[in-house]
Amino acid sequence: MAVVYKRPTETLRPVPTGFCPGCLHSTAIRIIGEAVEEMGQADNCIHVLPVGCSTLNLLEWKGDMIGAAHGRAPAVATGIKRSSPERLVFTYQGDGDIAAIGFSEILSAANRGEKFTVIFANNQTYGMTGGQMAPTTLVGQKSTTCINGRDPETMGYPIRLSEIIDSLKAPYFIARYSLANPKGIIEAKKGIKKAFTYQMESRGFTFIELLTNCPTNWGMKPLDSLKYMEETTSKYFVPGVIRDKGAEN
Amino acid sequence: MAKILMKGCEAVAEAAVRGGCRFFAGYPITPQNEIPEYMSRRLPEVGGTFIQGESEVASISMVYGASSVGVRAMTSSSGPGISLKSEGASYLSGTMLPALIVDVTRGGPGLGSIQPSQSDYFQLTKALGHGGFHMMCFAPESCQEIVDLTYNAFEYAERDRNPVIMCLDGCLGAIMEQVELPEMKEIHRDKGESWSLYRHEGEKRDMHILTPYLMEPQLEQLNRMRAKQYLSWQKNDVKVENFMTDDAEFICIAYGVSARVAKDAIIMLRHDGYKVGLIRPITLVPYPKAQIAGLDYGRVKGIIDIELAIPAQMKDDISLQVAGRAPVYEYGRTGGVLFDDVEIYGAVKKIIDSSREG
Repeated sequence: MAVVYKRPTETLRPVPTGFCPGCLHSTAIRIIGEAVEEMGQADNCIHVLPVGCSTLNLLEWKGDMIGAAHGRAPAVATGIKRSSPERLVFTYQGDGDIAAIGFSEILSAANRGEKFTVIFANNQTYGMTGGQMAPTTLVGQKSTTCINGRDPETMGYPIRLSEIIDSLKAPYFIARYSLANPKGIIEAKKGIKKAFTYQMESRGFTFIELLTNCPTNWGMKPLDSLKYMEETTSKYFVPGVIRDKGAEN
Repeated sequence: MAKILMKGCEAVAEAAVRGGCRFFAGYPITPQNEIPEYMSRRLPEVGGTFIQGESEVASISMVYGASSVGVRAMTSSSGPGISLKSEGASYLSGTMLPALIVDVTRGGPGLGSIQPSQSDYFQLTKALGHGGFHMMCFAPESCQEIVDLTYNAFEYAERDRNPVIMCLDGCLGAIMEQVELPEMKEIHRDKGESWSLYRHEGEKRDMHILTPYLMEPQLEQLNRMRAKQYLSWQKNDVKVENFMTDDAEFICIAYGVSARVAKDAIIMLRHDGYKVGLIRPITLVPYPKAQIAGLDYGRVKGIIDIELAIPAQMKDDISLQVAGRAPVYEYGRTGGVLFDDVEIYGAVKKIIDSSREG
C-alpha cells in the first residue's frame, strides 16, 4: 500500500504538541518540519525560538534550537547566520514578538538582507499571556485589553507586516499564506521550501507570514475560528506571494 | 616585542581580537565609539564579523547568536547603552553562553554626561539585568592592563560559560599609552566541548538546545551551580593590588583611573609623613573581600573609599568587610567632573587630620 502521509521523524519528536486543541501552530510546525526534512536539512537546521506560545516548539522540535529574548529572534539569527552561513537558520515568531516588541529587530534584519528565514505566525493575539491585544488585532476584534474591540481612535490599525517589509529594497522573498484550509497549507509548505532553498543559495532575506488562529483566546470553536479566518482575517491580511526576486529573474 | 601607542578603547578592541574575538556588534555611544570603529576595520582582516546593530538590545542579541555557534563574541557600550544590554546579559548567563561586554563608563543617571565617571559600579557588580546573576568584572587602570585583562577574558567566559565585563571609565577609554601586545591566539571554535550549536565539519551529533531553563527543577539546579561558581571566583579569581599598605594606618580603596590618581596623591602624602596606602580591586567581581577583611585593624585607623561617584557606590562592599572595625570615609566627584592628585591629596589629608582631632 502506498504511504500517503507520514509524520516527520527527523524534525519532530513523537509527542503531543504543547498547543491548545485546534491551534494552527501545530500545523505550522508540522509543515516546517516536513519542509526541513524533505530538503535533507534536519541535521543542519537551527531553529531560533521566540517568546510566546511558539516557545512551545521546544517540546516537539527535534533539531538544534536556541531561545531568543522577546522580539530579538532576528538579531540572534543574524549572529548565528553570519557566523555559520552553512546552517539553515529560521526564526518562528508570533505577532506580539515580531510586530510589537521586536519591530526594530525584524525590520533591521530584513533591511540588511540577512540570509535567514523568518516565519511569522499571525493570529492577532498574545496567546501565551491570555489574549491581550496584538499589533495585528483587527479593528473591532475583542481582546482582554480591549474588551469592546480594537478602537483605531486610540489603538491604531492592525499592522500589515509583510507589506511593510515589502517597502524595503533588500528582502528577496515575501509571502503570506493562510492555514485555514488544506489548499493554503499545501501552498504554505511550498512557500517555506522555496524560502529555505533561497536561503541555502544565499540569495537574501526570506519572509513567510502564516495566518493562524487562536480558538482559546478568540473564544471560538476551532471550526468557527477557521471560518472567521476565511471570512474576516484573510480579507485584511490578503494571502499571496508579495515579492519573489527569484521569479523575476 | 616593540611597544606601540594606543588609546584605551583601541587597546581593548585589539586585545580582544588577539584573544580570539571574531564577532562584534555594537551601537554608537560616547565615550566608546572608537571600539566599534576599530572593530569595523580590524575584524574583516582576521576573517571576523562586524555588525553595527540597530540598537544596544539587538547588538547583544547578535552576540548571543554568534556565541551560540561557538564564536568568541563581544559588544561594548556606555551607561545608558549598558542598561539596554541588561536583557541580553541576563539571557547569556541564563543560557550559559560566554561573551565579553565592555562598559566605558560616563556620568549618570539618565542620559547623564559624556565625560568620564565611575557611575556604573552598582549596575555592573550587583544586577546587570533580571533574575539574580553575576558576571566577572575587571577594572583595569592603564592601557597595558586593559590589554592584559582583555586578552584572557574569553578564557574566563568560556570556563564559566558566563559573560565577562570589562569596566573602563571614560578616562581610560580615551587616554593614549604605550602598550605591548601579545601574540594572536589560535582559536578552536567551541574546542569540541559541545557547549554550542557549532559542529565541526562532518561532525554528527544529537540535537542541542540552548535556551534559558524553562523547567523549574532545572532552573533551580542552574542557580545552585552558579552560586557555587561565585564562591569559587571568590576563592580563586580575585585580583588586587596593594600599594604601600604594609605599614599604612589609613587605607584608600579605589579602582580604575581613581586608583591611578590616588597613587600619586599617596606618594605626596608619604612625603608629608602620612602613613597611607591603597588597595586597588582589579576584579570588582569577585571583590577582594578577604584582603579588606584581613587588614590589621589594630594598625589601620581608617578606610577611605575614593571614587568618581557620589554617593560612593563601592562603600557598602567595603563596609561589609571592615565590619565596624575602622571608620569608612568616602571622597569623590561625580557627573563627569574629575579630580586630580592634588585634590585627592588635600581630601585624604583633611580626612586623616580631622579623624585625629576627633
